[in-house]
Amino acid sequence: MKRATFCAAVLLFAACAPLATRAQNPGTIFIQNATVLTVTHGNIEHGSILIREGKIAAVGADLKAPEGAAIIDATGQYVMPGIIDCHSHIAVDGSVNEAGPAVSSMANIADVLNPDDINIYRDLAGGVTTANILHGSANPIGGQTVVIKLRWGKPASELPFQGALPGIKFALGENPKHSNFPTPPGVQARYPATRLGVEEVIRQAFIEAREYKKQWDDYNQRKAAAEQNLVPPRRNVQLDPLVEVMEGKRYVHAHCYRADEILMLIRVANEFGFKVRTFQHVLEGYKIADEIAAAGAGGSTFSDWWAYKMEAFDAIPYNAALMADRGVIVSVNSDDAQEARQLNQEAAKSMKNGGLSANDALKLITLNPAIQLGIDARAGSIDVGKDADLAIYNRDPLSVYAVVQKTLIDGQVYFDRQKDIAGRATLAAEKQALLDKEKKAAEAKKAEEKSEKQPETKPDKKKKPPQDGGGVVQSGVAGGSR
Amino acid sequence: MKILNFSSRALALVLAAFLAIPTWTQNAAPSSYAIKGGKVFTLAGPAIENGTVLIRDGKIAAVGAGIAIPADAQVIDATGLEVYPGMFDPITQIGLNEVSAVSATVDLNELGDYNPELVAATAVNPASAHIPITRANGITEVIAAPGTTGFDLQSGGLIAGQASAFNLAGWTMDEMQINRSVAMVINWPSIQTRTFDFATFSIKEKPYADVKKEYDKSVNALGDWMDRARHYAQAKEKGSPALYERDLKLEALVPVVQGKLPVLVVADEVRDIRNAVDFCSKQNLRMILGSGAEAWKVKELLKDKKIPVVLAPTNRLPEQEDTPYDKPYTEPSELFAAGIPIAFSSFGTAFSRRLPQYAGTAVAYGLPHDEALKAVMLNAAQIFGLADQLGTLAPGKIANVIVTNGDPLELQTQVRYLFIKGQLTSTDNKHRDLYEQYRKRPQPAR
Repeated sequence: MKRATFCAAVLLFAACAPLATRAQNPGTIFIQNATVLTVTHGNIEHGSILIREGKIAAVGADLKAPEGAAIIDATGQYVMPGIIDCHSHIAVDGSVNEAGPAVSSMANIADVLNPDDINIYRDLAGGVTTANILHGSANPIGGQTVVIKLRWGKPASELPFQGALPGIKFALGENPKHSNFPTPPGVQARYPATRLGVEEVIRQAFIEAREYKKQWDDYNQRKAAAEQNLVPPRRNVQLDPLVEVMEGKRYVHAHCYRADEILMLIRVANEFGFKVRTFQHVLEGYKIADEIAAAGAGGSTFSDWWAYKMEAFDAIPYNAALMADRGVIVSVNSDDAQEARQLNQEAAKSMKNGGLSANDALKLITLNPAIQLGIDARAGSIDVGKDADLAIYNRDPLSVYAVVQKTLIDGQVYFDRQKDIAGRATLAAEKQALLDKEKKAAEAKKAEEKSEKQPETKPDKKKKPPQDGGGVVQSGVAGGSR
Repeated sequence: MKILNFSSRALALVLAAFLAIPTWTQNAAPSSYAIKGGKVFTLAGPAIENGTVLIRDGKIAAVGAGIAIPADAQVIDATGLEVYPGMFDPITQIGLNEVSAVSATVDLNELGDYNPELVAATAVNPASAHIPITRANGITEVIAAPGTTGFDLQSGGLIAGQASAFNLAGWTMDEMQINRSVAMVINWPSIQTRTFDFATFSIKEKPYADVKKEYDKSVNALGDWMDRARHYAQAKEKGSPALYERDLKLEALVPVVQGKLPVLVVADEVRDIRNAVDFCSKQNLRMILGSGAEAWKVKELLKDKKIPVVLAPTNRLPEQEDTPYDKPYTEPSELFAAGIPIAFSSFGTAFSRRLPQYAGTAVAYGLPHDEALKAVMLNAAQIFGLADQLGTLAPGKIANVIVTNGDPLELQTQVRYLFIKGQLTSTDNKHRDLYEQYRKRPQPAR
């Protein structure tokens, strides 16, 4: 069973390899005759996009394909900027939560990226090109986050979005205070268990970080003054990321639900002179949208999730629209590998719930998350000079009936629906061949074991070993059944 | 199916969002309505342009073009709008589950593996905030099914109890109830070697042989229950009450073994589905397959045995790593093409309002649009034996009717008028109230 899935992963990986290798030298690509949803400067009917070296070189209605360009005919189709998911846990090899300390800022999600996670491919097939990969929400101060591009088929080292500022996950409310799952028997409950304690943990950590920063600032100052015989302060990998936060070199993405805890973190951030980059989930953000806007923080929320826990009981599907109306930069995120495949649908709900325009609805999953992640100079709209990260749909992506046809990252086609469908028969045949081969090998092994065992069946002593024999027989059985 | 026109459509939606929405509640409403001027999709025949739907005493009285409107009827002008039967979400936890993580608000999973005597209707909370929120999106009736949990991995027993059908409006469950018992819920035992252990927050592996032994034990026990119910029915029929001891569990199973009450068997993996079909076939039970993530692998079997499928949400991940990425999206159309009756369902509470989205996604991947409408409005009524009361706009049926400003499966479509049991019903709800409240919040002082 386990082996079969592994084979499947290999198969899928292999299937996409040709796409990836061909795309290694992207050259010139021309997408023609599409409805281009630029997000920043309107929609262009019968528009074209010229891509050179992975970047958008031109966009317009009257472009001509240059000689030798690879043509993607998108007649009747819609091209939008690749979807940016501001809250994702795909491509993580298990370790989403660092259990134990309430301040786990030393843990880095970039260390556990798994490029073989099939959900990368599935989300790509939902038009997603970029995702903010976060730890879970078990700790008030969680681990370091990384922005990736969904470059399926590439090694882990090539997933990160080059130049994107790293982040750190904070978490407020029920999850860090461990409200909704029992502490296992025999395990001591962990501090904090209240929202009061959550604030204290964060404040205490920043007090330490400020002290630590001061030590380093002093040291660097004295070093710069050519003072002799200096001993540098001891490195603290837990506090380093918090210093980066105070220096504006690392974004804070704070998981939160209730209005009170959001205001709490704004206060703490003001005290230590940093800004919260995004409030994540922020389901009661609509209650204090003005305060969030004034704090310069973004809001990254769900479309219509609610009531799965107490702190989500006042969540409303108008949250995104209401925060946007009050001047907050708002994105709609997935937090879930499936939800990421339908972010275009989720964004569309803010037209119904709160009356956002179609373009503002599209911004929730393109330009706005790009701004929140500090990558809007490179992604989030179809503008000359930006990365050619694009999703091509068969119709208006804000319709429930829209289906992704192709997804491009850096001008390379990483997903092609027609190729995926066409390749399925080959994949199935390959899988069957591997299964047959495995079965044959198992049978051969069994036969071999049998022929080896036969002479041994004669001496009765070996058949009834007094103690340790049980183990021998068991391991034999286990080996044979697999 | 319409392609959205960006500018004009967006403007219309912005306007629609701020227009007054009718706020009549269900008390002291007139008993007669005429919905006129809309395009009427009866689901019993072709759509009627400029049609009229007459409602009287909670029932649909007449449907057609050029029908005379009685003098006492309140007229609802549906010009430019579309009229449909309300949507039916056949597997939910509405009324039994308010806040999933707060166990005090959840009445889903009783202790013990065999609880056929438990009935959802007993504990459906008519004041649940989920009810107005769900109906505002066009869902007018649901079935609450005990023991069917979307997220909780420790679901409620093998025989979880009886599912109840009810309208999403009313002061008490007695007023809301359509049918107290529409199916016996059986969570088919699954052979799972890997399970998630909440106590230690880790995946636990068990040897296949052990799991298989547990599985066989469960299936044998299910068979025993059915056998005992048959004997009980015989004793009850032939003997006097003095000759048998009353047993609530067996009593509840009698209609099941007599084929009067269907079993809603929740199973996903192909092996489990096959085993469940085999079991029900041998036991002569009327089976409805619930969820059926891998039902596409056994289309012939399901068609041969005439087993309908209440589909797991279309918007979900494929079962296996190597399952085609779009298989959950194409499954509804594949089952339909194979001649298997299908109905969409949320299997949830908070996501019941996503029902039209699940159907719409299936249309994107091949299901004919008119079949998708049936699969959210009519088919569940047929599958659960309620089609004489619900599912189409036909005289004599319960007047559960929605009037929309467009395709009810499309994401931006608004429900403009909502009738439940023939009464114009408010689309106000907790969410809209909070929105209105906080939209009016003044700028805080600086």
